[in-house]
Amino acid sequence: MITTDILIIGAGPTGLFAVFEAGLLKLKCHIIDALAQPGGQCSELYPKKPIYDIPGFPEVLAGDLVDNLMKQIEPFQPGFTLGERAETIERQEDGSFIVTTNKGTKHHAKVVAIAGGLGSFEPRKPIIDCLEKYEDKGLAYMIKDPEDYRGKRVVIAGGGDSALDWSIFLADVASEVTLVHRREEFRGALDSVEKVEELVEQDKIRLVTPAEILDINGEGKVESVLLQHNDEAKRMEVIECDAFIPLFGLAPKLGPIADWGLEIEKNAIKVDNTLDYQTNVPGIYAIGDVNTYPGKLKLILCGFHEATLMCQSAYQRIFPDKRYVMKYTTVGGVNGFDGSRKEAEKAVVKKIGNKQNV
Amino acid sequence: MSDIKMTIIDRDGQRHEVDAPTDMNMNVMEVCKAYDLPVQAVCGGMAMCATCQCYIISDHDLGERNDDEEAMLWEAQNVKDNSRLGCQIPITEDLEGLVIELAPEE
Repeated sequence: MITTDILIIGAGPTGLFAVFEAGLLKLKCHIIDALAQPGGQCSELYPKKPIYDIPGFPEVLAGDLVDNLMKQIEPFQPGFTLGERAETIERQEDGSFIVTTNKGTKHHAKVVAIAGGLGSFEPRKPIIDCLEKYEDKGLAYMIKDPEDYRGKRVVIAGGGDSALDWSIFLADVASEVTLVHRREEFRGALDSVEKVEELVEQDKIRLVTPAEILDINGEGKVESVLLQHNDEAKRMEVIECDAFIPLFGLAPKLGPIADWGLEIEKNAIKVDNTLDYQTNVPGIYAIGDVNTYPGKLKLILCGFHEATLMCQSAYQRIFPDKRYVMKYTTVGGVNGFDGSRKEAEKAVVKKIGNKQNV
Repeated sequence: MSDIKMTIIDRDGQRHEVDAPTDMNMNVMEVCKAYDLPVQAVCGGMAMCATCQCYIISDHDLGERNDDEEAMLWEAQNVKDNSRLGCQIPITEDLEGLVIELAPEE
């Protein structure tokens, strides 16, 4: 059982910044995210796109913003449960919560903050019968640990950055990499496309385009896939493999959170007030794009504000008898849980006003 | 510059006759959101999510799909010949009378 003060569901910018604000209050955070890496939409959908409305950053790439947030929260040592979706929540007698993921990982927290954006990003699955039969038995929609594929024959399907990047990475790990795409053009960073071309020339990647995987075969695990070449003859081919990884991007779903007894309005979690963004269930907050209230704006900077107020409220909930006086970081500095301390340099002036008037 | 009239058929088959301004640099996805129609537009209009996919019902000529739109529709589901991404269709006076239908959610 993982225990923490605030369990944050969603590792997008709002969830990450909540760790920082909680850290200033000496509250420990743990984050769950369905994606294999932090950053939410910023990392998954548009890491190379510039954002122009983050205060203090005339322009910042979404991926760089996430990197900076990760650096900013480092002193507060958050825990992460990545690649798992928060599935169920149970309220305990003392008002705390146990949240269990789809992989069975249990988290115990005094407060839960849902920062799930538009929901968990679920992989787009190919339209193939009996997919479930092979899931985690050679069929995966994301790569959590590339070492799982060492020495194996891997078929990757897709035409975006993920398919390109993982084909490149696994070319040195797997024994065979076949990249299958429905069309001849790829939609990814130019240098990734060029790298794939190089690896194809070196016979480290087999590229099959335009083509698509129609079926999976195997006894209890992936043993081969059936591929159809999208040429005039619609030629079929069986590729023997140990793993099939379709990387067709992600689609957002509010998912199991919708069944947690929270008030939902237009696919978002309703919060009763803008004092602390608490939901209709005391102790469960909703911050960032996942919530709705009159005047709601789905902007990252609004999520940052909501995260800040949520943490103040969470503190009072966790320590009802303590009075917290808000401090500016310029005054109080930042005391990391790792022992680090950041504070403004203080100048020592021994004498003031001893200058002769000229 | 004036508003144009367009019709949006939602996922329940209900028709919404809406006014869309041509002088606000809006696109079809943004018009749908402005009228509280259930278009998620996860990527904010960058042709990267297909949650604003719609079918063009009227016979307006919207020109060729751009590369990003084309590529996204290759990966999306429920794609038909008349599929477009709402975020890639700027509102112009030429679109007077446009009729679109929201594609099913994936």
